[in-house]
Amino acid sequence: MSQTTATDTGNVAAPRAMKHYLNHDKTIWSWLSTVDHKRIGLMYGVTLAIMFLIGGTLALLVRIELLTKGPTIMEADTYNQVFTMHGIVMVFLFLVPSIPAVLGNFALPMHLGAADVAFPRLNLASYYVYLAGGALVLCGLIVGNVDTGWTFYTPYSSQGDGSVLFLTSAVFVAGFASIFTGINFIVTIHKMRAPGLTWDRLSLFTWSMYAVSIVQVLATPVVGITMVLLFFERFLGIGIFDPALGGDPILYQHFFWFYSHPAVYIMILPAFGVVSELIAPFVRQPINGYKFVALSSVAIAFLGFLVWGHHMFVSGQSAVSSIVFSLITYLIGIPTGVKVCNWVVTMYKGSIWLQTPFLYALSFLFLFTIGGLTGIMLGVLAIDIHLHDTYFVVSHFHYVMMGGTVIAAIGALHYWWPKMTGKMFSETWGKVSCLLVFLGFNLTFLPQFVLGSRGMPRRYAQYVAEFQELHQMSSYGAFLLGFGLFVALGVFIHSMMAGKKAPPNPWGGATLEWQCTSPPPYYNFLEPPTVNDPYNYKPLVYRDGDRGWEYVHPEAPEVPQSEPEPAQS
Amino acid sequence: MEDKGTLWLPVDASTMAGEIDSLFYFTYYVSIAIFVAVIVAMVYFVIKYRRKHANERTERVHESKILELTWIVVPTILCMVVFTWGFQSFLRMSIAPPGAYEITVRAAKWNWEFEYNNGFVVGGNLHVPADRPVRLVMSSADVLHSLFVPAFRVKHDVIPNRYTSVWFEATKAGEYDLFCTEYCGTDHSGMLAKVVVMPQDEFNEWVDSRGGMSDDMPLPELGELLYQQRGCLGCHSLDGSEMVGPTFQGLYGSQRNFGDGTTAEADDNYLRDSIVNPGSRIVEGYQNQMPAIYGTLSERELSGLIAYIKAQQ
Ligand code: HEM
Ligand SMILES: [Cu+2]
Repeated sequence: MSQTTATDTGNVAAPRAMKHYLNHDKTIWSWLSTVDHKRIGLMYGVTLAIMFLIGGTLALLVRIELLTKGPTIMEADTYNQVFTMHGIVMVFLFLVPSIPAVLGNFALPMHLGAADVAFPRLNLASYYVYLAGGALVLCGLIVGNVDTGWTFYTPYSSQGDGSVLFLTSAVFVAGFASIFTGINFIVTIHKMRAPGLTWDRLSLFTWSMYAVSIVQVLATPVVGITMVLLFFERFLGIGIFDPALGGDPILYQHFFWFYSHPAVYIMILPAFGVVSELIAPFVRQPINGYKFVALSSVAIAFLGFLVWGHHMFVSGQSAVSSIVFSLITYLIGIPTGVKVCNWVVTMYKGSIWLQTPFLYALSFLFLFTIGGLTGIMLGVLAIDIHLHDTYFVVSHFHYVMMGGTVIAAIGALHYWWPKMTGKMFSETWGKVSCLLVFLGFNLTFLPQFVLGSRGMPRRYAQYVAEFQELHQMSSYGAFLLGFGLFVALGVFIHSMMAGKKAPPNPWGGATLEWQCTSPPPYYNFLEPPTVNDPYNYKPLVYRDGDRGWEYVHPEAPEVPQSEPEPAQS
Repeated sequence: MEDKGTLWLPVDASTMAGEIDSLFYFTYYVSIAIFVAVIVAMVYFVIKYRRKHANERTERVHESKILELTWIVVPTILCMVVFTWGFQSFLRMSIAPPGAYEITVRAAKWNWEFEYNNGFVVGGNLHVPADRPVRLVMSSADVLHSLFVPAFRVKHDVIPNRYTSVWFEATKAGEYDLFCTEYCGTDHSGMLAKVVVMPQDEFNEWVDSRGGMSDDMPLPELGELLYQQRGCLGCHSLDGSEMVGPTFQGLYGSQRNFGDGTTAEADDNYLRDSIVNPGSRIVEGYQNQMPAIYGTLSERELSGLIAYIKAQQ
């Protein structure tokens, strides 16, 4: 039985004391100046974790303030600044870069069988540009009292003391980080695929990274331009958006959503890709409708440019535009729904292994479906009139951005953790934290749907008495959610300090990164990887004794395991 | 006793509300059905196909064209149904019936002002007749605001450089919340009012008498009227209870302690100053949240308010 050693695929059984990307050079400088995509991914990861912590703390402050209808711990002004910073940090500094910059950087080149991205130095530059953007936000936090909301609507944002400019320039600068990553990924996917890796063999994660990169490159300049126009208005007094100078505030909203609607796809498309990877290996089935799932990401990326006006149904844009925007909104909603069906049907006749990453995928399906369906409700013109700018919208976008993207990202972090660190984590505690996060999340945001449809406006520091109970439920949910996330953090810290050594392929994945050692060597593959269908699980067998999953040579006899094979062909 | 509406929606008090609620509940139940179908299938598969031992084989499942068509075609049809329904209602909501009664609305940080066709201007609450289409023609003096009346299911942004409008026909006499739903700065969440729906003849009387005001009315009565019309009641109670601002009960003649450590006696001058210049001294424990819009009250109106406050012992 054990004549089928890992040498069949060449690179799995590398020598024990091998140097890998984490330890081949341990100086701080080697990290700060690295051009290795995996290290850059990790540096992004640590930075984004800090951002998430800052954004999350601000969110908890918001929820504490809303425990009572009057002032609880802060005045209205402070409250307004807190929710503004929460939004800016979470959207521009956390969600937009999150999956591409951390997990994309780490895993994408390996999915392609490549040694690195096409432009490693540009990749490092992206990180530092991002840091510069983050620093500007920090300046804004310290010197300023920015309270415009993350949407910076004019003319409110063109008044005030100018500290809003720190934030708009931060968005501008951080935008370049996105563009760099986008360009890098597009070129890498076109040019650096391993021999034999044809387009129809790309992993769905790769497809989604491809789609998202297109949006990043095409949409991000628009937010850059918008922020520059805000600058001009302020410093040169050119009237663009401010009616006092002869500008038009609705024009700003068109500009803003022309970027920010595609940006919601920048946030969710990577999650779509990740979820496909989190489902297939744990089900041992290829994703149902591979072609549809792959190409619909690209289609959604393009259509995403045509629906920005659905954020403006009550803004004063013409009724005709509203109707057209409402119609196109469904053109995106439907393929998205079809994807969900594909994921669920993939489980049919599968062999479902309930490990933590898969639990997160289930959690994603549950939450994202709610987010998507409520999106459809909001797309219905007459209903949106009532729901716009209420907590219903707040809840909708948290279901898609947090319940969708963040849950997928945490799931993916569990999935790739053994590859990143070479350590396993505690399954039990991983599952506990997944459950806590799931419960906490729903307790936080389900009441917000009811609040919103009953008329509770968003961005209110104080509110009328009838809403208090639902707000309190939501706040308690937020505490539970926060606690769940800390348990997840604990799981990772424990794994780093005392985790078992991870095998090269702990989950039975068939994408190429699982052919590298855990953690991978500096250039990922010691020998060119064997390119396969990314979702063909037939040749993978599970070995006892912490060896995880290994490839069986096609000619080798099927290996009996500790349990007997079921009697079927 | 009080109608609270359904679980998801507040009381409906306009002619459009019923239609929108049916649409809401239609999409809601269809969504619930789809959601339940997805989750039941998911949970069923997870239980049924749970991995029994590590090296279980799976057979590749062939994609079913019929299934795929179903989940493309059925949602598309449903979407087109709600889209069509939604945009027809939307058109009805966008176009006011001819002959609607017009009220001019001016929004400014952080209050609403309503002007009736006889030139009567009132801050605070919006009074409208029942069973008659009312069209609000709105503009903003500063930033974006948005007028939202949940009970009528109407909302529209109020913009500085152009007029926007909404219309509704209230069906039930009563008081309903009016909120600002476009973020507008510090006291955005205090930019509230009530919509007071009155039977047509009562409403006419109310407008003609400028809210029941007359030149010869006794000062305390004038004060009471202004207390209600100008929105003082939103922040100042008469029964000692805590609200955004200090209560009026027992206010006159009491000693006031200010945030900066100074004190004063609440005499006539203090009251006048607090109304006209609300930001000049802030009582300990409160914030500078009272709008500075009362400087335009006439001397007689000020005296009326002071007399009314005096009467609250
Ligand atoms: C089936 C898919 C979706 C549909 C049909 C949909 C529809 C809508 C509609 C109509 C609105 C406007 C509501 C209003 O402002 O009154 C909205 C708001 C929003 N959606 Fe979605 N959405 C979908 C998915 C997503 C996804 C995937 C994301 C992000 C990952 C997202 C993020 C947002 C955000 C951030 C807002 C609110 C923006 C704001 O006002 O601050 N949506 N959505
Ligand atoms: Cu406002």
